[in-house]
Parts: sequence; structure tokens; C-alpha cells
Amino acid sequence: MMLNSDRIWYILLPLGSLAGILLLWELCGRLGLLNPLFFPVPSLIAAAFVTMLMEGEIQANLSITLMRVFAGFLIGTIPGIIIGLIMGASERTRLILDPIVAAIYPIPKLAIFPLLMIIFGIGEFSKIMAIAIGCFFLVLINSMAGVRNINKVYFEVAKNYGANKRQLFTRVILPASLPMVFTGIRLALGTSLIVVVGVEFVSANYGIGALIWNAWETFEIEKLYVGIFLCAALGILFTVVLKRAEAYLTPWFGHMAHRDQE
Amino acid sequence: MKLECRHISKIFGNGVKAIPALDNICFETREGEFLSILGPSGCGKSTLLRIIAGLLEPSEGEVVYSGHSAAGPLNSMVFQEHGVFPWMNVIDNVAFGLEMRGVSRKERYERSLDFLKRVGLAQYARRNPHELSVGMRQRIAIARAFVNNPEILLMDEPFGSLDAQTRLILQDELLKIWSEHKKTVVFVTHDIDEAILLGDRVLVMTSVPGRIREVMTVDIERPRDLQVESTRMFVDMRIKIWNIIRSEVEQSMMGDRHDAE
Repeated sequence: MMLNSDRIWYILLPLGSLAGILLLWELCGRLGLLNPLFFPVPSLIAAAFVTMLMEGEIQANLSITLMRVFAGFLIGTIPGIIIGLIMGASERTRLILDPIVAAIYPIPKLAIFPLLMIIFGIGEFSKIMAIAIGCFFLVLINSMAGVRNINKVYFEVAKNYGANKRQLFTRVILPASLPMVFTGIRLALGTSLIVVVGVEFVSANYGIGALIWNAWETFEIEKLYVGIFLCAALGILFTVVLKRAEAYLTPWFGHMAHRDQE
Repeated sequence: MKLECRHISKIFGNGVKAIPALDNICFETREGEFLSILGPSGCGKSTLLRIIAGLLEPSEGEVVYSGHSAAGPLNSMVFQEHGVFPWMNVIDNVAFGLEMRGVSRKERYERSLDFLKRVGLAQYARRNPHELSVGMRQRIAIARAFVNNPEILLMDEPFGSLDAQTRLILQDELLKIWSEHKKTVVFVTHDIDEAILLGDRVLVMTSVPGRIREVMTVDIERPRDLQVESTRMFVDMRIKIWNIIRSEVEQSMMGDRHDAE
């Protein structure tokens, strides 16, 4: 088979389909099949992008959005992992905290943003906290599930070979739950993009969300598309970086049964 | 070092849902003995092994280890499968017991590497288990147990998931390693040939609840290899055990049929 023998196709085909869509879009636009008020052709969007880049508009908006995402991500994810792992390992902690988590988790994080602005003010911190809260619960729930899904036999091995509590945690629980922790992190990064754009819509002068919102209010349709494409690019970037980190830290995952198959 | 099981019973659950798994199990091992525990699936032999290992509490009775020299751990177990940690490389897996007991990195790697050489896996020391075959992973599990230098080795159907050829090779290797170290081994299996080939004695169990039906001594000279399986003595023993197990399995199937009606 061509696909099996030639790895170059694994790169060419996906890139080709992407280029094909853009080309089709450009063609339809030029032929007058698309209303330029709503669907400007890709070349115009690219031109707008270059202009914004030269004027520093991209950099200013992108950097502030990235800062909010990373700050929120770190503030939410680190305690999320720690508390999630503890809840997974300790039934008592789980019984105490689970109802609280179950009650807060389903609330859309954007719904509590106004409350956060009242508590933390309309500056950066309320935005960062909205992202942090979104990340926190996703990572917590997945880390907890990661511990609870660990194959029972690993605990038996650890006990039989004399692991104490600390050794059990660092040598078994932590590495065994890592794949699920990563699942939580992946979901958390996706959510933080949604939340950051949302909070920037309502209360920011800079940031990609603000860029899109301002473009809508002034009807600069190309800028609006640039904003959307920036979001997409960020999403792809996060995914690629995470996949690399995952392949490096949990190379076994997918190769060996991690859970009980009974 | 002697292991003694005194009137061990185990009941899972309670009330109407209680399931008796083991009933009044009594036996003791002899010094340096290879004891096979043979039984059909569901007879509670893995449960018994976990009770001996201290991973489960018996509902009644006790496990007594006597003559412990305190140099190493009481027992180390080789698990059925998935017992090798996928997130540690081969040598860290083998050295796991030593690491838990605080043996220095240098010493535990030396001892583990020696044993990896013994099972032919030295060149894979830094590889991850998922890169190796199932048979190689069970070798790692066996090496991990032997390196730990326990008083008694417990093996829970360690070759149960292997293909027939690999199983033969590993049985052979196990016999060789055991003959060098002369550890007391308690080996659980549902494979009649395996139980006879490896064991000094075969403890035949029957199911629901698990009971010891028969204790048989295997009078076949060591060292043994695959060829003993065609000797008269081996074949007679296999037939005798098979008849015990068959009547038992048939009875339980009849019971199932009655239950269904």
C-alpha cells in the first residue's frame, strides 16, 4: 500500500486538504459566489494579518491572552492535580470533597465570571481566576479517575514488595495515573481558550477575544477572521505541545493495558 | 523456613450474598519444597495465595511462618500478568523490591543485572516493558521475585497467559533457577501437566467452596524436563488427577443445571 510504504503522504495529505479548502474558498470568493461582507477571501484576511503584525496589534493581543491562559492554567492545574490524586487515593477525602466538586463542576465557568469580577475586581486577576477555576475541576476529576482506574494488581505488587505510603505514591500512583492526568490537562487547555475569549469579550481592552469583539463592533470583518484563526492556531499549538509531552512522559500508554480488563 | 496454613476459610460478602471461597484449608510446606496448588478456575487458589502473601485477611484460621531468619522478606509474589510496571524500565522493575527496602542504587542494579543475565534479558535492562513480549515480561516478574531473596516464593499462574511454546521454555527456566536457589515455592496453576512437572507435591483443590481434595507426592526424579511428561509415572498421575477434577467439574455443572431449572 502506498500509505504504508511512504510516510511523506502522512504529511502531504492533511496539508493538501487544508490548502484545498482555502483555495476553494478563495476561488468561490473571487467568482462572486460568497458575500464579501461576511466571507472575505483568505488572501484579504492574510493581508489584514500582515498589516496587524506590522503595527504590533497581533503581538499586543496575543501576548496578553497567552499570559492570562498560562497564569490561569498553572493556578488551576497544579492544585487540581494534587487534590485530584489525593481524592483518588483516599476514600475519606473523596467522601468529604466529592459532593462539593459535583455541585460546582457543572456550572459553566463563564456564569461565575461576574461574581469573580465583584470579588477580584475588573482587572487581570478575575480573568485569570475564571480560567483557573475552569482548569481546576477538569484536571481534578480526571486525576481522581486516573488513580481510581489503576489496575488493582499494581497496588498488590507494591504492597507485597514492601512499599511504604510515600513510595506507593511516587513509584506507583503518580506514574500510573499520569495518562489520565494528561487527559485532564488537554481538556483544561481547551477550556481555558473558551473561557479566555469569553471573558475578553465582556471585559478587556486587549486580547484575542477583545480583538474579535472590537472587530465585530466596528465591522472590520477581516480582523474578525484573523482573531478566529489565531484561536485555531493556539488550539493546534497546545495540542501538539501536549502530545509531545505525553509521548515523552508516558511512552508506554496505549501499548500496555493500563486498566483492569476483566 | 516453613509455611503453615491452619484451618483457613474465606467468605466474600455477608448475609445472603455471602460466597464461601475457601473452606478449612490446612497444609504445610517443607524446607525448599516446590509445592503445586492445582485446581479449576474459581476454586479459590488465587485467593488462598493472596492470604498466604498477606494481601488478604482470612475469615478464619491463620498463616504461620516459622524459622524466619529476617535477612529478607517473608514472601515475594509473581503475579498472573500486568504485574510488571509499564512506567519503569526493565532493571527498575527487577530492582523494585530492593528499592522499597532501601538497598542502594549501585547494589540493587548489580544484583538485578546479575539476575537479568540469568534470564537472558541483560541487553534489555534499560528498555521499557512494552517493548518486550509477554514471555519476557513474565521473566522480569520472576527475576523481580528471586532478586528480592524472599523466604518463600509465591507464584500465581505466572505462565497462564503465555502461548504453549513460551510456557514450556519458561517452565524449564524456572526449574533451573529454582534448583540453583532452592527456595520454597508455592505455585498456583490450573494446568495439570504444569503442576506435576514442576512440583514435589501437588495439592489438588476443588471448588465452591475451595477445599483440598488430595495431596499427591510426585516421585519423579530431578532434574526434570519436558521428557518426563511421557513417562509412565507422569501419565498415571495425570489420569488420576484428571479423574478427580473431572468428577468435581461435572458435579458442579450438574449443580448449575439444577439451579437453572
